[in-house]
Amino acid sequence: MNWFKHKTYPNFYNAYAESFKHQRKSLEATRFVVFDTETTGLNPNQDYILSIGTVTVQDFNINVADSLECYLQQDHFNAETVEIHGLLKAGNITKIEETKAIKLFLKHIEGAVLVAHHIAFDVAMINQALKRMDLPKLKNKLVDTGQLYKNTKYVKEDKHYSLDQLCNTFNITMHDRHTASGDAYLTAVLFLKLSALLKKKKNRDLRLRDY
Amino acid sequence: MKNTIAERILDFLKGFPPFDALTYDQLFTIASQVKVLYLEKDSYVFKQNEGLHDSFYVVKDGGIGVYRDNNLVDECDEGDIFGLRALIRKDHYLLDAKAIEESIVYSMSSKVLEDIIITNPKANQFLIASFATNTRNPYSKEDKGTLFANEDFLQPNTSSFSEIQSAKFSKNPIVCQAHTIIKEACLVMSHNKVGSIVITQNKQPIGIITDKDLRNKIATGLHAITHKVEAIMSTPVITFPPTITVAEAQIAMLKNDISHLCITKDGTPNSELIGILSEHDIIVIHGNNPSVLIKEIKRATSTEQLKYIREKAQELLNNYIEQHIPISFIANIISAINEAITKRIITLSITETNQEPPVPFAWLAIGSQGRKEQLLLTDQDNALVFEDVAENQKEIANAYFLTLAKAINNKLNTVGFELCPANMMASNPKWCLTVSEWKAQFKNWVTHPDADKIMLCNIFFDYDMVYGNHQLVDEMSSSIFEAIESYEIFLNFMSRNALKNPAPLSFFRSFLVEDSGEHKDQFDIKARAIMPLVDAARILVLSHKIKDINSTIARYQKMETLEPQNKDLYASCISAFRILLRFRTQQGLKHDDSGRFIDVNSLSKADRLKLKGCFKPIKDIQELLKTRFKLSQLL
Repeated sequence: MNWFKHKTYPNFYNAYAESFKHQRKSLEATRFVVFDTETTGLNPNQDYILSIGTVTVQDFNINVADSLECYLQQDHFNAETVEIHGLLKAGNITKIEETKAIKLFLKHIEGAVLVAHHIAFDVAMINQALKRMDLPKLKNKLVDTGQLYKNTKYVKEDKHYSLDQLCNTFNITMHDRHTASGDAYLTAVLFLKLSALLKKKKNRDLRLRDY
Repeated sequence: MKNTIAERILDFLKGFPPFDALTYDQLFTIASQVKVLYLEKDSYVFKQNEGLHDSFYVVKDGGIGVYRDNNLVDECDEGDIFGLRALIRKDHYLLDAKAIEESIVYSMSSKVLEDIIITNPKANQFLIASFATNTRNPYSKEDKGTLFANEDFLQPNTSSFSEIQSAKFSKNPIVCQAHTIIKEACLVMSHNKVGSIVITQNKQPIGIITDKDLRNKIATGLHAITHKVEAIMSTPVITFPPTITVAEAQIAMLKNDISHLCITKDGTPNSELIGILSEHDIIVIHGNNPSVLIKEIKRATSTEQLKYIREKAQELLNNYIEQHIPISFIANIISAINEAITKRIITLSITETNQEPPVPFAWLAIGSQGRKEQLLLTDQDNALVFEDVAENQKEIANAYFLTLAKAINNKLNTVGFELCPANMMASNPKWCLTVSEWKAQFKNWVTHPDADKIMLCNIFFDYDMVYGNHQLVDEMSSSIFEAIESYEIFLNFMSRNALKNPAPLSFFRSFLVEDSGEHKDQFDIKARAIMPLVDAARILVLSHKIKDINSTIARYQKMETLEPQNKDLYASCISAFRILLRFRTQQGLKHDDSGRFIDVNSLSKADRLKLKGCFKPIKDIQELLKTRFKLSQLL
């Protein structure tokens, strides 16, 4: 018996992990999955994911057909955040178990670069869920639009720019703010605008490592 | 599964044609397949000669310019569709599509397009129309006319009240039996003064004979009048229930190429015949046949009668507009009615004076009435000219014509043509002059032009003789050309005045609206769109010394023959003018006002598109004036 031997993981996780082995480097071929999570609170160690919304960007187009929107069943409920995300414990939206949502999500982000606004938090929330499923952390490359904004400017300041602020700065009409899908979409538009800015700053076509 | 993003896209699309014609489910399917493109300023969606994309595009935010050889030919903004043409023709792109500003564009697969075309006729119609408008270029041979050919196309199908009301059919239809002899049946028809007879069996209609059958089957010798009616009757008959609407009846007649419908109890041929509905009945419902009205006008003996007839003419106008009758036709009819009314009022007024006019005179309609472009009832504009009289007779003649004019103005007012607030009426001593006085006045206006005089020229040069002596009017016209010849720079002044209202689009995209006053934020369709076209046409015919062509459309038509090199431009001016005139009339009827000021935000996307299509010719004709009259130096 070898306790230190690698664990064996379920097939869906293996397929997910496998998808990064032969990653192609061209930016055009890269599939960016822009995502957002709504949660019961801001502490990954004790709060839970309420919903995940994604939209993909490929070849600098947002592909609405390739998106994911799921709502998770809640055993843990925080009444205080309801007014932010509007998700009730019961409610009339079809909800699925957390494990099922994570499975769908992993399948959806196979081989993709993940993009989110202040991505560290969303990734931490997902990783926490993976941990509950006894699975390792996410393997995707990550792009943070908050950081990307700072990269496109010559500012060194370590200021925190909210999605709201950036939507205002970049003239992005805000709809469905504080739904995971809505925020993911806004983030995707922001991502496209920032990419264009970054390209201008670099004065050449972008490469993946520019992000 | 919930799809917030698709729902949001759907919410946007559903506000714009053709998507507004689709069902929620269709739209949802489309929305969930959309690709969202973000375009920086100056980046291309597609380029000329580029291979076909498998999609068409809808602008979400920003603006996309469509260019042919680097010339902007169209500008698409929120809700506009582009890239259709290549997709429909399955050909490479003939145009560039480039972001004029930072834009977000929805890209939709051609599969979506095919679905729309197959499943929804209304959306299909719109797509074909946008197909034309989006590739419009009034100067290209290939697309010529396509933009304006859709004038009617883009209008929402407003069914008028009269069309959805149930039709009034003739009860107690004239009937006979199948074995009745043709001659007898005809005698019955003659006796009852009807154009048809229904053949019944057990009170159910089995066939019909109309005047047409008698002409085609009897008079040609195919059948003898001694045959039985069943030999020539049309069978089976087309039947409808008594609830049939005017629209249904019209469609049924058109579809079956017949002029009579049988009305039965339950609408089937197997129930009792209770009436007959003829094409004539339909005409009576739409009523107000213009020739009947003109006859009535001629017979009228009081202003009250004329007022009643003018009200009927208003209904007629309403119906014509709703039925999309060509606007030039409508303008002719309404002008003819107005003219007949004015003539009748003049004769009535002369009779009232108990005195023959001391010298010959002519009554002139001026301004839009003179151009026969006044469809809505607005205030009256007119003038009077009379023959020169000896000095000692002048006072008497003046007094007579002023009294007469006053009576005419008042009667016109009673009929519904309000008194002109600016007093541009023949009862004003300034506009009731001898022919020599008019000539002197015109000469003064032309050779010493200032803003006021130019405005007067614009009104008075568009005169149309309604009543009186033609010789006097000819003299007036000749004097205008003599004056202009002696002082040619006058036309340059006139052109400069015509350019005071710039093309109605502010830097491309938005309508120029009024920035202050009572009509703040409204679009002044008269000053900004109609008048520039009217003014330009007047100047152009004057510069060619063309007399007696007063309507704007006729003037541009004349210009087409005089300057074949500019034919396309003039043709597009005519089309634009027609659209604008119809539009103004519709707005006026809708809001019961002059239709002049339009709340742009209340317009449908299609109407905005249609109006914007008219602005390019305005801009182009103004450019032409600018070049021709060397206004860059003058301005």
